[in-house]
Amino acid sequence: MVAAKKNEIIGKEAIEKKGWWQSYKWLLLRRLSQISILLLFMLVPICRWLSPEADCALGWIIKGNLASSKVFNTIPLTDPTLLLQMLASGFSKIAMDAIIGAIIVLVFYFLVGGRVFCSWVCPVNIVTDAAFWLRRKLKLTGGARFSRSIRYWVLGMILVLSAVTGSLAYELINPVSMLHRGLFFGMSLGWFVIVAVFLFDLFVAKRGWCTHICPMGAFYSLVGKVSPLKVRADARSACDDCGECYVVCPEPQILKPVLKGEEKGIFPVIQAGECTNCGRCVDVCAEEVFHFGLRYKNNQSKVNKAIGNKHEVIT
Amino acid sequence: MSNSQSKNSQKKSKVSRRRFLGDMAGTACGVGLFGLGIGLYSKSANAIKPLAIRPPGALAEEDFLAACTRCGICVRDCPYDILKLAQIGDDVPTGTPYFTARTGPCEMCEDIPCIPNCPTGALDHSLVDINKAKMGVAVVVDQETCIAFLGLRCEVCFNVCPVRGKAITIEPKHNKRSGRHAMFIPVVHSQDCTGCGLCEKACILEDAPAIKVFPEHLAKGDLGHHYRVGWEQEKANGGSLIKAKDKHQYNLPEGVRYDYEGVGLITDEAGNPIIDQSLIKPKQKTELKENKKPVSNNPLDILNQGIKEAE
Ligand code: SF4
Ligand code: SF4
Ligand code: SF4
Ligand code: SF4
Ligand code: SF4
Repeated sequence: MVAAKKNEIIGKEAIEKKGWWQSYKWLLLRRLSQISILLLFMLVPICRWLSPEADCALGWIIKGNLASSKVFNTIPLTDPTLLLQMLASGFSKIAMDAIIGAIIVLVFYFLVGGRVFCSWVCPVNIVTDAAFWLRRKLKLTGGARFSRSIRYWVLGMILVLSAVTGSLAYELINPVSMLHRGLFFGMSLGWFVIVAVFLFDLFVAKRGWCTHICPMGAFYSLVGKVSPLKVRADARSACDDCGECYVVCPEPQILKPVLKGEEKGIFPVIQAGECTNCGRCVDVCAEEVFHFGLRYKNNQSKVNKAIGNKHEVIT
Repeated sequence: MSNSQSKNSQKKSKVSRRRFLGDMAGTACGVGLFGLGIGLYSKSANAIKPLAIRPPGALAEEDFLAACTRCGICVRDCPYDILKLAQIGDDVPTGTPYFTARTGPCEMCEDIPCIPNCPTGALDHSLVDINKAKMGVAVVVDQETCIAFLGLRCEVCFNVCPVRGKAITIEPKHNKRSGRHAMFIPVVHSQDCTGCGLCEKACILEDAPAIKVFPEHLAKGDLGHHYRVGWEQEKANGGSLIKAKDKHQYNLPEGVRYDYEGVGLITDEAGNPIIDQSLIKPKQKTELKENKKPVSNNPLDILNQGIKEAE
């Protein structure tokens, strides 16, 4: 892998070239999305807490948590991984709401990119990103190395577990639902699980949880394999090997084949389902190699523009 | 040279294949252990705890744990805010909704608002009459401190019960201690008790109540399935199920007669059954004639049987 040279601060060059906003845009939008989703769920409880007298019930924009919820008390949403576990557990009387809800969620993530759930919604992402940030700041390296495909095994395992126990057994310890539920309904010892994930990512393995183990991330990776919305590297010939995208990307293994694949005729689209559409690579790249786009058509105008920019800088 | 190269690459591919298989086995083992851990934990965590009184309409526990996504919509929809989602470390499976009757009983809302938004059917949407709810069963657990059993008037649990008179009644009993008073004892009838826990909340004892709601299977025994409670069948049937014309299936000793029209066993004056020789099958008749007992009373005779015959 290309090591990050030059800069101590990741994206410094990008900030100089593109300005601050263009270099943090997707990261900030992502955090905004994650936090506003939390807030939407909390609107009524906060209202009730502030003024116990007022009729806050009108403010139910979304009720429940990421496992299942109701939007405006009518549109059901259900996490498809939970529906899968429910089916695996052999429970046959699943109510229509859960099935419709799971289909809505599935279609949504199919359209915008499977792991958009991870980088734009999941609250654990904030925790693991923080652990990764701290790991870099403390210059911690090494740690355990294990296969990134473990998550798919874990996904299979939790389905088998549901079948064997006849219950949603993984939900007993799932950090994603535990954190999301806990923030609204009380965490108590749940904090230990979250701290454990944080410490695991900090000391045991780089990007340990989200990139290697989390079965929900694995499920949404599978969805992302066929999603139309993708990060494209149409202007890859402008890449000057600064290596910064490799540093920030939670799934750096997916970048190289696309960035360096021009000769091999690889399409300039990050097609891997593991990409979270976080857009961090778009942010940090000073050469504007990356942009969001559809996975299908070629996009020559962007290429020309980026390459043109580069020439201007050089000359 | 090309030969050695290909050999080399063959060797390499063998090594890498072996490593690949090794990695895979390692992964499978690791994930398997992880799964085993959760599985074992789920065994104890999912074991039904006496604390877990579920919201009205909750499916039987094993189905409930497969259905409930732990979304908390029911918690949000309860106007009395009694429902909670269990937190890890609580005595109830993580994330599932429950209430604690002693501190916050179910108020038995007529429209049962906690049910209709449950997205999974973990709370049964077909429950529309809250009086038919089965959250648990109240049991007068402490008949030593319940002051009714001490001979005092209380009846608080009876008075707060929304299904008063059916789910819980007051039965007067003789007070043996004083010898001349009545005791007014609360008695729960599980058929009509919804398990709302209002009685448990209201019980005037300090801290722990004398009347307590339990999940039904903990509160009730299970009568053997071959038992038929005759008086209840009779009530349901509007009369005795046993008709005169129905022939009894007694296996009476041969020769003994039975009158089905009400006389019963045909006996002599002393009450011993009369043996009617005409009913005895001929084969046995001959045996009786010879006066040969089929089995000797002396066990030695049986042991020595073969020997005697051989002599
Ligand atoms: S991999 Fe799992 S924990 Fe990480 S962001 Fe995605 S869903 Fe959340
Ligand atoms: S390729 Fe870019 S968008 Fe995809 S995960 Fe990596 S940094 Fe995020
Ligand atoms: S019946 Fe009413 S009080 Fe009881 S759990 Fe449901 S909403 Fe709450
Ligand atoms: S609404 Fe239904 S699925 Fe959600 S927590 Fe309550 S019982 Fe479980
Ligand atoms: S739990 Fe108590 S108050 Fe509620 S129905 Fe049963 S006997 Fe009545």
